[in-house]
Amino acid sequence: MTLQLTDLQRQLLGTFFEESFEGLEQLETGLLALERSSKADPETINDVFRVAHSIKGGAGSFGLAAISRLAHEMETLLDGFRAGALSPTPDALSLLLEGVDGLRGMLEATRDERGYSEESLGRLCERLKAASARSAPHPAAPAEPQSPPAARSERTFAFRFEPHSHLLESGNEPVRLLRELARLGALKLEVDRSRLPGLRALEPNLCYLGWHGTLRGAVTLAEIKEVFAWVEGDADLEVTEVVADGAVTPAARQPTTNEEPVAPKTEAAPAATPGAANAPAATAARGDAEAGLGSIRVAVDKIDLLMNMVGELVITQSMLGELEGDGPLDAHRVERLREGLGLLARNTRSLQESVMRLRSMPIGIVFNRFPRLVHDLGRQLGKEVELKIAGQNTELDKTVLEKLGDPLVHLVRNSLDHGIEAPELRRAAGKPELGTLELRAYHRGGDIVVEVVDDGKGIDRTRVIARAREMGILGPDEEPGEDALRDILFAPGFSTAKEVTNVSGRGVGMDVVRRNVKSLGGDVFVDTTPGRGTRISLRLPLTLAIIDGQLIRVGVHAYVVPLLSIVESVQVEPRRVTRFQGQRDIYRLRDELIPMMDLCEVLGVSGQRVSVDEALMVVVEADGEHVGLLVHELLAQQQVVVKSLESNYGRVEGLAGATILGDGSVSFILDVAGIGRLMRRSHAREGVRAA
Amino acid sequence: MTSGTAKNAAESEQLLTFIVDGQEYGVDILRVQEIRGWSAPMPIPQAPAYIKGVINIRGDVVPIADLRERLGLPTLPYGQTTVVIVLRVLGGARERVMGVIVDAMSDVTNVPTGAVKAPPSFHDSSEPSPARGIAMLEEKMITILDVDRIFGEHVVIR
Repeated sequence: MTLQLTDLQRQLLGTFFEESFEGLEQLETGLLALERSSKADPETINDVFRVAHSIKGGAGSFGLAAISRLAHEMETLLDGFRAGALSPTPDALSLLLEGVDGLRGMLEATRDERGYSEESLGRLCERLKAASARSAPHPAAPAEPQSPPAARSERTFAFRFEPHSHLLESGNEPVRLLRELARLGALKLEVDRSRLPGLRALEPNLCYLGWHGTLRGAVTLAEIKEVFAWVEGDADLEVTEVVADGAVTPAARQPTTNEEPVAPKTEAAPAATPGAANAPAATAARGDAEAGLGSIRVAVDKIDLLMNMVGELVITQSMLGELEGDGPLDAHRVERLREGLGLLARNTRSLQESVMRLRSMPIGIVFNRFPRLVHDLGRQLGKEVELKIAGQNTELDKTVLEKLGDPLVHLVRNSLDHGIEAPELRRAAGKPELGTLELRAYHRGGDIVVEVVDDGKGIDRTRVIARAREMGILGPDEEPGEDALRDILFAPGFSTAKEVTNVSGRGVGMDVVRRNVKSLGGDVFVDTTPGRGTRISLRLPLTLAIIDGQLIRVGVHAYVVPLLSIVESVQVEPRRVTRFQGQRDIYRLRDELIPMMDLCEVLGVSGQRVSVDEALMVVVEADGEHVGLLVHELLAQQQVVVKSLESNYGRVEGLAGATILGDGSVSFILDVAGIGRLMRRSHAREGVRAA
Repeated sequence: MTSGTAKNAAESEQLLTFIVDGQEYGVDILRVQEIRGWSAPMPIPQAPAYIKGVINIRGDVVPIADLRERLGLPTLPYGQTTVVIVLRVLGGARERVMGVIVDAMSDVTNVPTGAVKAPPSFHDSSEPSPARGIAMLEEKMITILDVDRIFGEHVVIR
């Protein structure tokens, strides 16, 4: 669908999409809340109505007629709830939820310039219309002309519409509004040009005109105000009813609901809670979050803190600058230099922390999609589940947050499908029929822990072992320890599910979950009690942009090995080295046989081979296997900032990125898993199987 | 910022010219980010031979390529007098920054569009010509390099 838009409108369109997606999340939360509670909370209904109304108006102003139409049908139904004419039955609410999906789909399609099904849209609108059939019609759609019902009497209204000068800047066009008004009845209009300056002083972006006149027809005050709803904050509007005998009954001056058509860009950052009239702080748009790039909203106080840090940095820098002077550095100046450098280090550290915090967002953004998921899935599986969420304010880096979504979805699906039992089974076991699923997040040490807890039937250890034996993962007499058991659960293709549903059971999910989490530098833990429930904990680092690294030297070059991958480092004892099949060196470390690897050789960098006599071996874990990297020297352990190698060059197998060392030189960060793969590949090529 | 628009829109284009093996080459001046001296790059594993490694330019990791090697000429040793031109190159629909090693800088020259002729292919191999045109000026000829073609797509990984 191609829209004819001005540049300004196109800019605003982006904002419209962002806000609409946020609004849809609020709408969804509100609808789910209405479903859960026995009495319909008028506050929630109002909030939900407002969102539909905003989307309708916004879509209309951009000419997105279809979206506006769907929003209008939903708004009509919601208005019925609001007026008390209709009650929010589960069916009506489900229908509205379908509407939310429809709107979301259409918004995404429009944003991505794809098409969508007009037919299914039409059917959905029909069903919504049917559901609102009993409510008193509130015809206020910008796109649909409707003749007022015959039963109404004719009324006359006098109005004055004076847009504020910046009205045009929010993409509103008074002429369109006046045309709307003309559709409601017989319109007599006069323009007020008093504010119009001369041509030289005229600024085309500003609105200088005003209008006044009368409207006669079978209209209500509300309908007239509806026309101007979208510009409420940006214009002066007075509508008064002219009664037959000439007396004038003044109606309200400004409409009571104050909705800002264009919300301010930066706002305070509380967790996204339903019912807030202002848009929640962080980008909640699902599509955007998954796109990876895009924008983030930042709380103003975070920016203020940053400004302070930078201010202090500037002061420190000028202090150090002052120390530069003629003559040799005497003891006094050296002392002050040292002080200054210490101060600089502290400033830099604070600045670093502040900036990192800019990118951190509350996990609530990811948690937000689960109420809907659990609701739909529960219905689908015939299970009654209550979702509890705790710690949605816990913040983590945007990069980690984006990758958290899919693993969590897998885990929640598993819990619902295999963890929580059907109501009858629960009753028989003496448990409440309503199952509980908890999503929890909290900080611990330098990590963030995210837990998925259910009070279902737990994981039966004996069945796991039996299945593992069936699949050949375990020998017939092997009794696995705790760690081994965990590894089995996360093994690719492993599943104790008796049947594969389209939700889970294929045994694909857990393996992927663990891999994803590990690639984020974290790990997964399982804690289960048969009959009582299961808790799955994801432990993740707070950020991906900075890692703890061990610098190593091979030849003249330094590389960084992520500290997390290092198992231990040993001085190579030549007597523990054996030649395997004439080509590969194997090291006997206690009772383990570790393949030794020359980094230069594996990476294909020309350089000195590290001879076994002078080497240190850094044992790393790559995809569950241990590999020994031969290096010349262990250098410092430090935090390194991950720099992209890909942006100017490309991806290199075996390298996770680059970093700039203290002396300004570039060093590569090793991707231990990639190195493992390279090693296996080169072994395969040489016709040798790695031990 | 793209050379394409400059070429079509203006009647002349401005080139930064430099010398490689006695020949004068030029690139669209709008593509030039800066000119630097030599600093030893960190070699990239499994990189094509003409890519010598990466260096740090104000916090960015920038690959350095030897133009001599890329053109199939014997290389010179690198040192104090080596010149590196840092270019903005279009590779795979994305703009990248790359440093290119040349023998010496020459000049900034305005070349009228009419003076640019299509290049003969002076490489007999299957590789497309690295030049996008030859500027015939009164005193000399400048081979205008198509930097995107030469450096934009480099072989990355097995």
